[in-house]
Amino acid sequence: MIGHEFSVVGTRRPRVDAGSQVTGRTVFADDIALPGMLVGRLLRSPHGHARIIRIDATRARSLEGVAAVLTGTDLPVAYGILPVSQDEHTLAVDRVRYIGEPVAAVAAVDADTAARALELIEVEYTPLEETTTLWEAAEARHLIHGEGVGPNIHRSAALEFGDVAAGFEEADHVREDLYDFRGSTHAALEQHSAVAAHGPDGRLTIWSSTQVPHYLQRALEKVLEMPAGAIRVVATPVGGGFGGKTDPFSHEIAAARLSIETGRPVKITLTREEVFYTHRGRHPVLIWLRTGFRKDGTITAMHLRTHLDGGAFGSYGAATLYYTGALQPATYRIPNYKFEGVRGFTNKPPCGPKRGHGTPQPRFAVECQLDAAAGDLGLDPVTIRMRNLVEPYSMTVNHLRITSCGLRECLDEAVAASGFREKHGNLPHGRGIGLAVGAYLSGAGLPIYFNDMPQSEVTIKVDRGGGVTVFSMAADVGQGSTSMLATVVGEVLGLDPAALAVVTADTDLTPVDLGSYSSRVTFMAGNAALQAAENVRSRVFEAVADELGTTAEVLVAEDGRISVEGAPDKSMSWEEAVRAAVARGGPLMGSGAYRAPDLAGPYKGSGVGISPAYSFSVAVVEVECDADTGQVQVDRVWLAHDVGRALNPLLVEGQIEGGVYMGLGEALMEEQAFRGALHRGPSLLDYKMPTFLDMPPVESILIESVDPEGPFGAKEVGQGPLLPVIPAVANAIHDALGVRIDEVPITPDKVVRALRDLAKGGSGRVGPDGIPAFDYGRLIRVDPPEGFGR
Amino acid sequence: MIRLPALSVLAPGSLEEAVEMLATHREAVVVGGGTDLVPNIKRRQVGPGVLVSVMGLPGMSGIRREADGGVAVGALTVLRDVADSMEIPDAVREAARSVASPQIRNVATIGGNLCADTRCSFINATEEWRAAAGPCLKAGGDVCWVAPKGSQCWAVSSSDLAPAAIVVGAAVSLVGPGGVRSIPVADLYRADGMDHVVKERNEIITGVAIPPQDGWRSTYLKLRRRQAVDFPILGVAAAVRLDGGDVVSAARLALGAVSPAPIRVPGAEAYLEGKRLVPEVIAAAAELGARAVRPFDNTDLGSRYRKWMTPIFISRALERLAAPA
Repeated sequence: MIGHEFSVVGTRRPRVDAGSQVTGRTVFADDIALPGMLVGRLLRSPHGHARIIRIDATRARSLEGVAAVLTGTDLPVAYGILPVSQDEHTLAVDRVRYIGEPVAAVAAVDADTAARALELIEVEYTPLEETTTLWEAAEARHLIHGEGVGPNIHRSAALEFGDVAAGFEEADHVREDLYDFRGSTHAALEQHSAVAAHGPDGRLTIWSSTQVPHYLQRALEKVLEMPAGAIRVVATPVGGGFGGKTDPFSHEIAAARLSIETGRPVKITLTREEVFYTHRGRHPVLIWLRTGFRKDGTITAMHLRTHLDGGAFGSYGAATLYYTGALQPATYRIPNYKFEGVRGFTNKPPCGPKRGHGTPQPRFAVECQLDAAAGDLGLDPVTIRMRNLVEPYSMTVNHLRITSCGLRECLDEAVAASGFREKHGNLPHGRGIGLAVGAYLSGAGLPIYFNDMPQSEVTIKVDRGGGVTVFSMAADVGQGSTSMLATVVGEVLGLDPAALAVVTADTDLTPVDLGSYSSRVTFMAGNAALQAAENVRSRVFEAVADELGTTAEVLVAEDGRISVEGAPDKSMSWEEAVRAAVARGGPLMGSGAYRAPDLAGPYKGSGVGISPAYSFSVAVVEVECDADTGQVQVDRVWLAHDVGRALNPLLVEGQIEGGVYMGLGEALMEEQAFRGALHRGPSLLDYKMPTFLDMPPVESILIESVDPEGPFGAKEVGQGPLLPVIPAVANAIHDALGVRIDEVPITPDKVVRALRDLAKGGSGRVGPDGIPAFDYGRLIRVDPPEGFGR
Repeated sequence: MIRLPALSVLAPGSLEEAVEMLATHREAVVVGGGTDLVPNIKRRQVGPGVLVSVMGLPGMSGIRREADGGVAVGALTVLRDVADSMEIPDAVREAARSVASPQIRNVATIGGNLCADTRCSFINATEEWRAAAGPCLKAGGDVCWVAPKGSQCWAVSSSDLAPAAIVVGAAVSLVGPGGVRSIPVADLYRADGMDHVVKERNEIITGVAIPPQDGWRSTYLKLRRRQAVDFPILGVAAAVRLDGGDVVSAARLALGAVSPAPIRVPGAEAYLEGKRLVPEVIAAAAELGARAVRPFDNTDLGSRYRKWMTPIFISRALERLAAPA
């Protein structure tokens, strides 16, 4: 590779599936129609918390056109995405814990019959008292689960790195602030859908809009008590996931079981309302944050408390809890750091992972507090951050290994491009500019279940005509992972990525990839693909060297030819070269695998937050606020992102723009809101997301720090760019109006409240004013890593 | 996807036939563009069983300038055409342009928007959601969740066109079994969320007559969360007649989306007469107007914010009218 310029990597190319996507030819799960297929529907609980006294499905079963009805006792095995949280059932067994929880499932000849059958199922409930807020959960009066570490307490954590008390002693200035991140949902365009077909051969196939076919197969194996080898999971192209399709779901398991029972294919597609109940979205988090600073802005200590409202089940929540504490030291050098957190159960749809998984909430708090501290200390927002930036190739106090890091470059370029220094504090009243930074993992360092196998495997098969097929279980959820695989393999083999076949996300056909979550696919599947392609190329180079009477070391693969570097007349076409390789060694195949290095620190909980590499982002947001109505219009966003290496800049920009869009929605509008246990408005009219007219231009700035372990140096871009957007909006509003809204979403009524408070001589702050006292359990004290000097 | 219940759709060939169908089928209701009615049927808020589709009827759409300077608008004229027409007074045009999205404005009609059902966060939801909430008055229950102590339904008038049509003095013509009648839009509504128009079920709106606007200027301002799609959570329509340059000789002010019917504010209107639209006058009129408003917490963003915004939006509407053309 020495002296070899990239021919594919770094070039702007449309996604390999762009044509079928934009012409409506992509087959999503709900587009699948099989002969004899039945329509499945789920009956859901109208109660937030109730005991099921009786379910009688006799009338539903006898309705003409109904093929099967299932209730909780038909699927008694509990499951959950994390091995430590096996607390869900496909259909509620004797208790319902949130409004919308599935209680029964039917399969019928058509949708109308299925709907009629649901009406005929009689369920008798005894309502129980509902716990709907974190405050109530912490008071622990009404038990939702017998599980967890305390009454209604799913998990708690208490970690101290270094000596926080000593750190605060060194501080010249200490700030203590409260923040409330109210929680939101993914609202992907595609509603969840699954089609299951159990065949006469005893094998089950399920096509599902899932981000995690491998984990779904494991859940089906457990709940259906079938060997994994008899279950084929195919992840169909996903119309947006954002973390909302990373759990095994009731509709998937029910469709499978209904197909087994009826011997016919069964499709269940959720309505939009059901998607809001299925949720697994952003946890509401109440945050207490205390940070000590020296006069020059240097952080001496940070103490963070997070209280997560988890909803009714565990889902990924045990990980989410630790994620709220994990990444603060990834952007700033925090010499002493303490994290205490708790996740409670409430009678609401379960929360889980959404783009940024547990890290946007504390990021909002930290970045808002930094701006406030800068104001206290007479510093500007750029300077206070520059004083604390994490260094490339360093360890953090909580034992995260930072490798490549372009955070300083991101900050420099975003500040320069936006004119932040000239504008901040100098724009007319009502206009403002805000800045924030963030960091995110390039893949979780550990799989969700303990094993010592690779986290990603890729195989490649080349046919005699030179056609290349890449096999990977990575599910394309719109992020472009299929295109990424084609780019990596195309670069190594010197072929046009659009000409490659990529077979993905099929447990019968493709080797394991853990799934499209935690921003892991480019780094992990990309590395596996790189290795697989290099193995294929070695075989081809050996054969060509033999044919041309030279050595493999001098060969290069480019533009469909294998040539001696610097002597293009000494070459063979890719097709000739492939035939030469097959003639010498038989079937031309290659495989590759990736497993992250062991990065866990010496403490319980260290498995969350570790990653082989981190991305870094800086957002600058310029707003125009209406000081009478509190309405905030975002005029422009600059987003600088350290992506390591942009394998395809067009797709990187797409991810940045999507992250900015989602961040702006969360900052200003989106809230999964409840009245007691009842969702306030489970529809896309009531759940406010920005429209085209609300979306500003986005200027993407790509920073390439070239990670030593990433494929061609690449890192993640799917999640990181969202993180700084939310606090940057809050900071911009402060710059515009002098008010601090310490509560997300920042809706116009809150801005007006703050302005009225300011006009009356108040602080102009809207936000929480307390956090319940809580016992976070035994404090684990951890020494900083060796070499973490002062 | 939520499916429609089984229902019959009748397609009359003439207005007379349509009236006859409505008389024959006692469950039948009129449907035009269907952008309000169809989602409500899907959510089982209403279950008419029979729809009489007037969309294909000839001669009921289009905008025509009358000899007296007024404008006749066919009831089936789609909102896109209303928004685009220079014949239409500003308030109505601006209101039409503010409705929903281009796709919906291509289908929704002016007659349909004027009759659009009232909305409430406790009613505009699926049957399953309403069952979980417990049915409210409008959903066949016996309590209004918005004002549980009262016995009235407070679902909100959510037509953008209604306040705008009121301030330009528009009237609707109706045809029914009893013949033809005309009602000023100002008299079309009742302050009852469950029965908000005086139009009978078996009557059809055939047109909207807008009188000449000599000397009048009008405007419409809409409060909503996003710049598209959303229904109003406050709509302010204002019109003033300016004589002798800048003195108000007559004023009309109508507030939408804060009550089951658009609210006229005679006190503010009378106050404005004979005055110039200077800042103090505008502020005083806005206070008078806002006093008439007592929104409930049954739309986006809640009651307090909408109450706060009312004087601000009235002021802004009047400021816009005060600005030189």
